Amino acid sequence: MSTSAYAVRDSMTMLRRNLKHMYRYPTITLSVAAMPVVMLLLFVYVFGGAIGNGLGLPGASNDRGEYTNFVVPGIILMAVTSGGVTTAVSVCTDMTEGIINRFRTMAISRASVLVGHVVGSVIQTMISLVFVLGLAFVVGFRPNASPIEWLAAIGLLVLLAFAVTWLSAAMGMGAKTIETASNAPTPLTFLPFLGSAVVTPDSMPVGLRWFAEYQPFTPINETLRGLMLGTEIGSDSLKAIAWCLGLIVVGYLWARAVFNRETTR
Amino acid sequence: MTATAHTAGQPKGISALGLRKAYGEKVVLDGVDLEVPAGTVFSLLGPNGAGKTTTVQILSTLISADAGQAQVAGHVLDREPDAVRAEIGVTGQFSAVDNLLTARENIILMADLHHLPRNEGRQRADALLERFDLAEVANKPAITFSGGMRRKLDLAMTLVGRPSIIFLDEPTTGLDPRSRRNLWQIIHDLVAEGTTIFLTTQYLEEADQLADRIAVLDGGKIVAEGTAAELKRRIPGGHIRLQFADVHRLDVAARALGQSLRDDEALTLQVPNDGSIPALRTVLDRLDAAQIEAEALTVHTPDLDDVFLALTGNQVPGQVSDNTELAKESLR
Repeated sequence: MSTSAYAVRDSMTMLRRNLKHMYRYPTITLSVAAMPVVMLLLFVYVFGGAIGNGLGLPGASNDRGEYTNFVVPGIILMAVTSGGVTTAVSVCTDMTEGIINRFRTMAISRASVLVGHVVGSVIQTMISLVFVLGLAFVVGFRPNASPIEWLAAIGLLVLLAFAVTWLSAAMGMGAKTIETASNAPTPLTFLPFLGSAVVTPDSMPVGLRWFAEYQPFTPINETLRGLMLGTEIGSDSLKAIAWCLGLIVVGYLWARAVFNRETTR
Repeated sequence: MTATAHTAGQPKGISALGLRKAYGEKVVLDGVDLEVPAGTVFSLLGPNGAGKTTTVQILSTLISADAGQAQVAGHVLDREPDAVRAEIGVTGQFSAVDNLLTARENIILMADLHHLPRNEGRQRADALLERFDLAEVANKPAITFSGGMRRKLDLAMTLVGRPSIIFLDEPTTGLDPRSRRNLWQIIHDLVAEGTTIFLTTQYLEEADQLADRIAVLDGGKIVAEGTAAELKRRIPGGHIRLQFADVHRLDVAARALGQSLRDDEALTLQVPNDGSIPALRTVLDRLDAAQIEAEALTVHTPDLDDVFLALTGNQVPGQVSDNTELAKESLR
C-alpha cells in the first residue's frame, strides 16, 4: 500500500476514534447545540416582537413570525461556530495528555490525527445542527427552499464547519490548558451578531456597519438566508464560498504548523 | 554468507554519539554517548532533571538533537525517522492511553494504526489483555483505571506493534511495590524474547534488578557506565559487621581483628572487608583462634546508592527526606 493510502487509512482510524468519543459522550454533542438553542429562544420569544417591529420586515401582520424567519439562518451559523469550542477542547486534551506523544513516535501519517479530529467535529456539528433546525421549525421557522437550495445550503454549512473546525483545531493545539482552548474560539461564535444575523446592518452605527459589510459571516449569512427564504443573494454567494475556502486553507496551514512544532516538555 | 545478508541480518540496538540539546540558555544534554547492543537492557540512571527524558525523546524521534548523531535499530535517526518509528515502542512517564476508550479499544486502536488485518488485531488485543491481567476490565473505559492498570495498558499498547526496541521512561514511578514487581517480570519476559530495552529510572534497585548495563547521567553528561557490579567496584566502603554477646567478647575480638570500628552500646564491630569468601574466612579464623564466637555477621557491599552518591554528588532520590531529618536532628 502506498503512503497516501496509509494516510487515508490512518485518518479513518482516527476518525473512528473520535466518533467513538462522540457516541460514548453524547452530552458533548448536545452542549454544542445548547448555545444556539438558547439564542434561538431568546431572540424569537424575548426580543422577536420588538426587533421584528423595529426592523420593519415585510408582512408586518405577524412581526414575531417574520422575525423568526429572519433570525434562524443566523442562529444556524452560531450552531456551526459553537462546534468550534468542542474541537478546540478535544484537540487540546489530546495534546496535553500523553497520547499525542505515542502517536508521534509511531510510523503513521501525521496529518491523520488532525484529520480525524476535524472530520469528527464537522460530523458532530452537523448532528447538532439537526437539533437546532428541528427546534427552529417548532418555534415557527418556515423556509421556502427547493431541494436544490437545501442541498446548496447544506453544502455551504459543511464548508463553513470545516473552516471553523480547522481554525479551532489550530487554536486548541496552541493552547496550553483546556480552559484556554475552550475560550479561544468563543469570539467566532459572536461574529455572526456583528453581521446580519439578528438585525440588518443598516440599523448599526457607521463603524460597526462597515465591519459588518466586510466580515465573513455577513455574506455567508445572506447566502444562507437567500437559499432558505428566497431573499436576494447576488454576489454574496461567491464571497461566502471564497471566505470559507480561504479560512479552511488558513486554518489547515496554521494547525499543521503548530502540530509540527516540537514538544518542549 | 554474503555481505548484504550480513548487514541485513545483524540485530541492531542503539548507538549515540555526542548528543546535545539546549532549551535557550539551559543545556539539558551536553554530549551524551551511548551504546546499547541489541537484545540487552540498558538503564539510564540519574536524578530529576539530569536529562533522562530528553534523551528518550530524542532517541524516540519526538524531538531532534541540536548536535550529535544516533542510530536506532540500524537507521539514522534524523534521516529515516519513520523507519525508526516502525521499530520502536515508547512508554513514557505520562500514561499515553485514550481515557475515553476502553482498554480493548485502546489496544485495537494501536493494531489499526499498525495496519494489522482486522482479525489479527483483535486476536493480538485479546492475547495482550490476557497477558497483562486486563481481560476482566477489557470493556471498561481507561479513565476508571488505577495507576498500575493504566501503566499495564500503556505497555500493552506499546507491544501491539511487536517493537524490537522499547523505551521505558521511568515506567514504575508512582507504582506500588506489587505493581512494580509485576512490571519487572514483564520486562524480564520481553528481554527473554530478544527485545532491546532502554530504561530510565531514578530507582537504583530497579537498575540493579533489570539492567545489563547502567549509565549514570548527571547534569546532561554520562558520569559513569558499566555493569552494576563494575559500578559498585568503583566505590570503596565494603565492610562486615559483627555482633557480640557482651563487652568482654567485644574487647577480645577487637584485639584479635586489629583495625576496626567498635560500638560499645550496640556491641558491634565494623571491619573493613570486601565480602569475598577468603576474606570472610580470614576473619572467622582469627575469631576461632581467639576462641570468641560472634552472635551475628552481616556483609555490607557498596550498593548503587553509594555509587550514585559518589558519582553525582547528589542525594539519593527517595532518601532526601531521611537526610533532611538527620540534618534536623543534628541541629537540635
